[in-house]
Amino acid sequence: MSGAPVTSDEKLPHYVRREPFDAYDGERLDPKLESYYMATQWRLMWWKLKRHRLAVWSGVFLLLMYASILVSEMIAPYASGTRNTDFIYAPPQAVHLFHDGKFVGPFVYGLDYSLDLDTLKRNYTPNPDKVQKLRFFCSGDRYEWMGLVAGSFHFVCPAEGGTFFFFGTDRLGRDVFSRLAYGTRISLTIGLIGVTIKFILGIVLGGLAGYYGGWVDMAIQRLIEIIRSFPELPLWMALSASLPVSWSPLYIYFGITLILGMIGWTGLGRAVRSKLLSLREEDFCTAANLMGASPRRIIFRHLVPSFMSHLIASATLAIPTMILGETALSFLGLGLRPPITSWGVLLTEAQNINVVALYPWLLLPVLPVIATVLAFNFLGDGLRDAADPYK
Amino acid sequence: MFQYLIRRLLVMVPTLLAISAIVFTIIQLPPGDYLSTLIAELQSQGETANLERIAFLREQYGLDRTPVEQYFHWLFGLLEGDLGWSFEYNLPVNQVIGDRLALSFLIAFVTVLFTYAVAFPIGIYSATHQYSWGDYGLTLLGFLGLATPSFLLALVMLYLANVWFGTSIGGLMDPEYIDAPMSWGKFVSVLEHLWIPVLVIGTSGTAAMIRRLRANLLDELQKQYFTTAKAKGLPPRRALLKYPLRMSLNPFISDIGDLLPHMISGAAIVSVVMSLPTNGPMLLAALRSQDMYLAGSFLMIEAVLIVVGVFLSDLALAALDPRIRLHGGATK
Repeated sequence: MSGAPVTSDEKLPHYVRREPFDAYDGERLDPKLESYYMATQWRLMWWKLKRHRLAVWSGVFLLLMYASILVSEMIAPYASGTRNTDFIYAPPQAVHLFHDGKFVGPFVYGLDYSLDLDTLKRNYTPNPDKVQKLRFFCSGDRYEWMGLVAGSFHFVCPAEGGTFFFFGTDRLGRDVFSRLAYGTRISLTIGLIGVTIKFILGIVLGGLAGYYGGWVDMAIQRLIEIIRSFPELPLWMALSASLPVSWSPLYIYFGITLILGMIGWTGLGRAVRSKLLSLREEDFCTAANLMGASPRRIIFRHLVPSFMSHLIASATLAIPTMILGETALSFLGLGLRPPITSWGVLLTEAQNINVVALYPWLLLPVLPVIATVLAFNFLGDGLRDAADPYK
Repeated sequence: MFQYLIRRLLVMVPTLLAISAIVFTIIQLPPGDYLSTLIAELQSQGETANLERIAFLREQYGLDRTPVEQYFHWLFGLLEGDLGWSFEYNLPVNQVIGDRLALSFLIAFVTVLFTYAVAFPIGIYSATHQYSWGDYGLTLLGFLGLATPSFLLALVMLYLANVWFGTSIGGLMDPEYIDAPMSWGKFVSVLEHLWIPVLVIGTSGTAAMIRRLRANLLDELQKQYFTTAKAKGLPPRRALLKYPLRMSLNPFISDIGDLLPHMISGAAIVSVVMSLPTNGPMLLAALRSQDMYLAGSFLMIEAVLIVVGVFLSDLALAALDPRIRLHGGATK
């Protein structure tokens, strides 16, 4: 035999690691990745939503709008019923900063009034000699905040003895901007309350149909079909026409909200039903079932969270329908009526096209309606994309 | 296919019955009826109502009977094509609404055509040029169209026409043709005025349709068969037209169910704003004066129109897509 015999104390060189063995070593993540993989569904949704710039800005805009309804009285320079009888159909007053090349701060030029004796049209011209400096955080028209607390604090007021009609005035000399601020409260909350009714009805009825199946499903499906066979607006019109005239504005408000919500739930109901049906067949559901989870636990612990995000997205997309519904109904004179102020009520002023042609600022309430609806659409679209963060 | 048709027809019967019951309940909801309002009005003016005529009407239309009896009376009248009596116009409802209904149908029909004609090319372009500037621009336009309520659009357009051209664009025909019998001149005049309401009513539906078509086509374009077709060297245009486009055509037909109610809703309020002689303004007036059979007829006819429209679209869909006629439900 050639070569040295291998003796027992001559070990092959070999590396021994002293640390205790860790089976997961290869799968260790750095903290950044870990936070990504371990993030909850809602976190993932939030990250995905953040990437959708338009949706985020829309969300911020809507938050601001909703925050504004808490302090509508203070945002409005005038109280909602204040009539400036000397300034009927006054045009919007632009806010200037410089007068004669000198910085003055935000101010408006006072209006001079003249009557066109041929057409009886009221003409207002800004008078460059009347510099009316706006006051901020000031005391102005008295109001009752939410009908509860009396106050007179405003964020911005006209100069003493001056005027500040940012969006002009209407046929009674009321400031359109102030009334818009008040109308925002009604129009935006109608959307929220309406959608809540819709949401509850949709989840309960859709859930019943999806969970029980059989004749319950059949009956609810037929009900949805029947409701959907009606054109929405004529049905709303007919229902709101049947609200008694003797009701107080507050009852009318809730009546209209109820009408809007009761007819609109069908889409959501269908979504809940089909989601329940398809999710019931998923593996995680079977697994939960096999481990002995009760149906109640499966539904509320596993099924509802997995389609809640979709529901929230579709609810967001449903709010503008409600806002528009109220606007349309009030515009037709079937919805809210003065003294309640909503965007639709404001737009009734713009019904006569000849008046609008002379005083186009009466159309300005269109702007917040479109902006809000657009923002809800963008936000809802972003939410819908984000609702499925694993895609 | 035949079985499917029968089944769909049978389902329609209870649906229509339920709709008629709901319509009747709604028009019965306001307290009192037209006649009691009329009597009160006349008495407040110090006049005596023609009690004989009122009693006659009360009996003829069964206003003295129980609501259930009234409902069946009305229902059987409907089945015979008698829509009831319009108290306000003092004429049978059939005579009052005939003309207006025809114009409403015309507007709805032209609007559907408009929607298809616009949505189809734009939807395909948006899907095939995803994330291009054209797509972004069209998507933004679509969102604007979707968000702008039709009656506000109508208001703004009326205002702009007034400012730019100094004319009113309301109405559906030149003034001299109003109440004139149908003639070629009237027809042409209607066509000349038609495009504005069609544009106004169709905008949001078109925007929605574009988004649906774009989403569907995008889904199809990501499927493997399309990749295979391209990999095997099929020219892009042919690969697009032959399969994915055909698949994404379904919404054009199935969306009728959503499109029709939407359009009728839009038409109702746009007609009020633009004073079009369709059923919108008349429904509003009828609701206000409690002219119950007139209001009920409008609701009923519109609902029936939608049910029939959905039925026809289901049939077309079943003819187009074998999965639907075998499983009896739309696969989305």
